[in-house]
Amino acid sequence: MRDVAIVAFAQSAHRRRTDELSEVDLLMPVLHEVLGATNLKANEIGFTCSGSADYLAGRAFSFTMALDGVGAHPPISESHVEMDGAWALYEAWVKIMTGEADTALVYAYGKSSPGQVRDVLTRQLDPYYVAPLWPDSVALAALQAQALIDAGATDEPALAEVAARNRFAAADNPYAQLTGDVPAGGHLVRPLRTGDCPPIGDGAAAVILAAGDTARALCERPAWIRGIDHRIEAHGLGVRDLTDSPSTRLAAQHAGAFERPVDTAELHAPFTSQEVVLRGVLGLGDDVAVNPSGGALAANPIMAAGLIRLGEAAARIHRGQSDRALAHATSGPCLQQNLVAVLEGESAHA
Amino acid sequence: MTDVLSAPLVVEFPFTRSLGPVQSAFLTGLRERTVLGVRTEDGTVLVPPVEYDPVTAGELRELVEVAPTGTVTTWAWNPSPRRGQPLDTPFAWVLVRLDGAGTALLHALDAPGPDAVHTGMRVRVRWAETRTGAITDIACFEPYDGEPGPAEPTPHTGEFTDPVTRIVAPARLDYVHTPGRAQSAYLKALEGHRTVGERCPACRKVYVPPRGACPTCGVATAEQVEVGPRGTVTTFCIVNIKAKNLDIEVPYVYAHIALDGADLALHGRIAGIPYDQVRMGLRVEPVWSGAAGGSPHPDHYRPTGEPDADYDTYKELV
Repeated sequence: MRDVAIVAFAQSAHRRRTDELSEVDLLMPVLHEVLGATNLKANEIGFTCSGSADYLAGRAFSFTMALDGVGAHPPISESHVEMDGAWALYEAWVKIMTGEADTALVYAYGKSSPGQVRDVLTRQLDPYYVAPLWPDSVALAALQAQALIDAGATDEPALAEVAARNRFAAADNPYAQLTGDVPAGGHLVRPLRTGDCPPIGDGAAAVILAAGDTARALCERPAWIRGIDHRIEAHGLGVRDLTDSPSTRLAAQHAGAFERPVDTAELHAPFTSQEVVLRGVLGLGDDVAVNPSGGALAANPIMAAGLIRLGEAAARIHRGQSDRALAHATSGPCLQQNLVAVLEGESAHA
Repeated sequence: MTDVLSAPLVVEFPFTRSLGPVQSAFLTGLRERTVLGVRTEDGTVLVPPVEYDPVTAGELRELVEVAPTGTVTTWAWNPSPRRGQPLDTPFAWVLVRLDGAGTALLHALDAPGPDAVHTGMRVRVRWAETRTGAITDIACFEPYDGEPGPAEPTPHTGEFTDPVTRIVAPARLDYVHTPGRAQSAYLKALEGHRTVGERCPACRKVYVPPRGACPTCGVATAEQVEVGPRGTVTTFCIVNIKAKNLDIEVPYVYAHIALDGADLALHGRIAGIPYDQVRMGLRVEPVWSGAAGGSPHPDHYRPTGEPDADYDTYKELV
């Protein structure tokens, strides 16, 4: 098996609106930054993969136009997932593991400001039984939150603490959209208050993956991907136990997360109640730095927020702040799909 | 940002979806005020039913009828209903396990306020007055203090007269589209019958319409360059199919046109010359529509009467 690492990470300053920027305008500075960090040019990258969703901005095939920011001519080896960029990273990792590439550029972007995110996300639901009712993303998260409260796993004050801790941590994150003392606010959909929900915004992120000695040449302390896996649960919400996340547990197990403790965890939990579920199934103790970036409660550019968790976890390893970090990304309602990666610095591996 | 255009954009689509045997029986059943579930290999009754076992992926066909009464398994109070949701007054989203079912169905509960809702409360289906064979045939749930339905569902053939075999799922999403700086400048220039591209600082190519980035170099373009108005036909096709709602007689010619000074051809219709006399190298100029409030784009391009351009001058742009 090859050793594959995240060797560079960049993200945009996430903002509520970016009317003056097209999607490629939003993305390009991030691509330049991540390529600049490795001194690689676009034509030296072995594989490029992106994650985005046309429904967010209502623009058909927007990812093909975003490719202009990469410099895709002469032709490059490229792919796209209509998912969070974390899944694009998974595809790129597979490409490197199979020996078809030694380096990969992975990027993701989301421009939510042109539309109504709560309405847009209803279009990813079961089209026969659920989507015709237009249950919005906050409503579905609130059903999960109430199930947790009924099960005694949390209560509204505990959820408010989750929000406060994330946004306090985000004060050190220059890219975050919502930081510091954010009021709990009124109920958006009870039991979730505005403070329990993520900010809506526009943003982009990119990482570079590299194998073996290439990674060592490009980065002083590569963040080696020791394991990565993703799992999905049943489509029907009423079939699932919303207080549990067996898909996260299984993905973490296959990624090797339970073999040794991690010191950092970047969790993709857009709603406070989801962090409660994830902490439980991942068995994260108080000694683990959970979301030192502020997580998705501080900045949630849809389709990029999961990739940012992988990038933030890797960046802590690059900086020497972490030896073994867990990164998690989610997609779909109520944590339907989950990806878990375990990243390590060189010294931890030795 | 005053120099960036924005406009409402509505995306609407009526998806027609076919139903398999199980979904057809379930939705037809709702039309007939009958709630069907499907029994899994381990005996659990799934409501709403699916065609394949979520655990084993085995095919499921054993339909059973469950009661229209049930128990709330979780809920969320929605103080501000959004467009398309089942009720337009504040309501609770609920997952309801119907009596006889092993799983829960998502829908709305009509209740006076959040204090009137709790997990474990008893509810029953309120049927829509007009039912078509859709999940919205259940108008919502309402509180119910009567007798529970039978715990054991009864077998059902799933057969109905005039079964529903497909649904039309309409969707509408509203956006405010902003094309960004580069395309805003392009569209504004068109209002003055000018065509403006942007030059790449690295390869010096002029892109029109500009999108703010050079697709070859992957860098931002910013320097605005006016191109045209005249240009050269680089390639073309003859259209013989009349498009719906398009008031243009066929056959007509649709062409790639390299405006003078541009390094990328854009496309437009050629008129003012018989369709079978259009050729590569033909020199053309835009004809702007005189209609007020019409399209800001040229209506079509017509021959200038100049000699044809030499192939070598446009071969890179074909």
